[in-house]
Amino acid sequence: MGLEIKMPALSPTMEEGTLAKWLVKEGDEVKAGDIMAEIETDKATMEFEAVDEGTIEKILIAEGTDNVKVGTVIAMLSGEGEAAAPADEAPKAEAPATPQKAAQSEDSAPKKAESGTANLSGSKATAVTDPAIPEGTEMVKQTVREALRDAMAEEMRRDPRVFLMGEEVAEYQGAYKVTQGLLDEFGAKRVIDTPITEHGFAGIGAGAAMGGLKPIVEFMTFNFAMQAMDQIINSAAKTNYMSGGQMRCPIVFRGPNGAASRVGAQHSQNYAPWYAAVPGLIVIAPYDSSDAKGLLKAAIRSEDPVVFLENELVYGRSFEVPQVEDHVLPIGKARIVRPGKDVTLVSYSIGVGVALEAAETLAADGIDAEVIDLRTLRPLDTATVLESLKKTNRIVVVEEGWPVCSIASEIAAVCMEQGFDDLDAPVLRVTNEDVPLPYAANLEKAALIDAARVVKAARKVCYRD
Amino acid sequence: MAKPASRRARNAPATTSTAPSADHNRERPGEPERYDASQEELLEFYRQMLLIRRFEERAGQLYGLGLIGGFCHLYIGQEAVAVGIQSALTPGKDSVITGYRDHGHMLAYGIDPKIIMAELTGREAGISRGKGGSMHMFSVEHKFFGGHGIVGAQVSLGTGLAFSHKYNEDGGVCVAYFGDGAANQGQVYESFNMAELWKLPIIFVIENNQYAMGTSVARSSAEDQLYRRGESFRIPGMQVDGMDVLAVRGATEAALEYVRSGKGPILLEMKTYRYRGHSMSDPAKYRSRDEVQQMRDTSDPIEGIKKILAEAGVKEEDMKAIDTKIRKDVSEAADFAESSPEPDMAELYTDVLVEQY
Repeated sequence: MGLEIKMPALSPTMEEGTLAKWLVKEGDEVKAGDIMAEIETDKATMEFEAVDEGTIEKILIAEGTDNVKVGTVIAMLSGEGEAAAPADEAPKAEAPATPQKAAQSEDSAPKKAESGTANLSGSKATAVTDPAIPEGTEMVKQTVREALRDAMAEEMRRDPRVFLMGEEVAEYQGAYKVTQGLLDEFGAKRVIDTPITEHGFAGIGAGAAMGGLKPIVEFMTFNFAMQAMDQIINSAAKTNYMSGGQMRCPIVFRGPNGAASRVGAQHSQNYAPWYAAVPGLIVIAPYDSSDAKGLLKAAIRSEDPVVFLENELVYGRSFEVPQVEDHVLPIGKARIVRPGKDVTLVSYSIGVGVALEAAETLAADGIDAEVIDLRTLRPLDTATVLESLKKTNRIVVVEEGWPVCSIASEIAAVCMEQGFDDLDAPVLRVTNEDVPLPYAANLEKAALIDAARVVKAARKVCYRD
Repeated sequence: MAKPASRRARNAPATTSTAPSADHNRERPGEPERYDASQEELLEFYRQMLLIRRFEERAGQLYGLGLIGGFCHLYIGQEAVAVGIQSALTPGKDSVITGYRDHGHMLAYGIDPKIIMAELTGREAGISRGKGGSMHMFSVEHKFFGGHGIVGAQVSLGTGLAFSHKYNEDGGVCVAYFGDGAANQGQVYESFNMAELWKLPIIFVIENNQYAMGTSVARSSAEDQLYRRGESFRIPGMQVDGMDVLAVRGATEAALEYVRSGKGPILLEMKTYRYRGHSMSDPAKYRSRDEVQQMRDTSDPIEGIKKILAEAGVKEEDMKAIDTKIRKDVSEAADFAESSPEPDMAELYTDVLVEQY
């Protein structure tokens, strides 16, 4: 009797991958730990090893096949002895999966662990209309990851003062593959692997900016930037003011921010409200590829310190990007990504996808929602929000982050202070639950925002609940 | 520990100790010699140190009168460090960064005492237009990059300045000053590691004035010989009599030669002493009056150079004339700082960002 060998998930967010190469052929004997295949995801190429002994009976998916879904049976193993025992009696996979070599433990697992971040996965495309992009511009599909890389590469070609430093940005090609290929093109002088030392290299970056360079400092994730917070705020953000305009600090701090999938509380947090509270900083949090590219280019060109918040769960999503020579977007401008007249959904980063998904559901219900992507969180484009409020008279803020002292709180305050007469209902906040992000799949799911909650809030402000 | 630094004979070695290296094959700078200054240079060192002394005395008075607010950290006693080091640098090429005890470094760079004092009193004419204050002063023109208020932050920033020197291949060296207190901050060691790893042109200067606020080195540092603090990063260290401007200058020359030749960073521990409190509000309960008095009597950097000048045949009245001129300049700076207008209210909102969005 045969054992099914399934396409493994090699990272928490992997849904499919390329079966790049078989290292065994039909009829081969394998032992536990033998490498059977190489599997490529959008992030990395990894080796896939056997967990059981047996003979490869049949290879079902040929090498070179793209988009093989996780869980697809890719080969059959003819077991002997204990290996042939029914799966549910087989010993549990002892070794936990490491990032390099994920053990194939699907068979013995009770069920596939879902992530609460699936709530956030509504890969809704935003409207391509952007006041900054001329109508009729040719568009191409590109992932956010590629758009970010292209932005950096273009700016590095344009300005020799621009360099990139961070953990694993060079030889590893980026922990999330965002900096792929940059070392090859620009060399080790301009693409610099640092030791794991956020406080130190954030300070070195800020000092280099004060010395006249234009650093891009990548944090592997913004969770680790807490170690560097002092340099970002006390050194980078305040210097121009404290020096009476004499000493600038043109630097970009960038990296993924917000919840990732099943990584627990210390690796899942949205820092946008923290940085957006600090005068002297520019804070940008794009959603789609066009904004990621156009705003990162603008950030690198800016003479001010910029915190550029990306999102790991969005890196692999594809959106349209205008094919223009130099796609630079204005900092500090929100964008209406879906026009509507009944209620305004304000969001940024990954929340925009959730808001768009909700807007579709609402449309089916006869509620025409306008969706605003804030894009820049400091300075905040309050004019666009208030203009929309004037039209819809109702606002729901959608934020993948904590509720207290949030961007949502700020929008609510602005609407009350400056748009009170336009409000037909209280501003509602749809945010994550006010708890550290739990690991368990069901709890994680409950803690994060989803379209259903946005729909509910929107119906409430429209008095349709 | 805090043993008084002894006055040394001319041409004695400038260092009081060098690190006995665990690895004798590691390259070290040559043994520095006490700087052999011309009479003209000696007079200039005297003038600069005295200017700092008189300026700081006056700042202390203005603080007492309520004209200077907030924190104000005086450099009295430590003058030889900034003057000795900065006299060895190449203006317009090398950069300097320090912490909040920064008035002396700016004066040693020849920055106008008027605009420094006007910053201390928070006036429009101040070097930061009144928006920085005592701890936050900068002169990009002089490549003086502050004036930083967070203990230890300037070490990483200085390493970044050194990075920019190397990146631009401009031949410059960064001097990053910090105190014995900052020497216990983690980011200092993160910076040591990267500075040596990338062979950055930087001189780390620990101004060891024996006390981090009120905590002595012995009470805060497991390794109290601070010049050894770079050893595990392969950064050579030298301990220098920081009360002797010629020893400081001599050690700086050796350090500059080492760093400029591309060998990477070096660490200088300057054994010095501050006579005044940590800041103006220091109760001074942590050390005795006798200790301070003994340092003043035996190791004062200005008295030291006066003795050398007298031996070289400079007349007492010529030295007195320099003092009189300095007192006049400082008085003028103080008058300027008191009488200049405060910043315009519109300045509240300027310089938050460089660009408009």
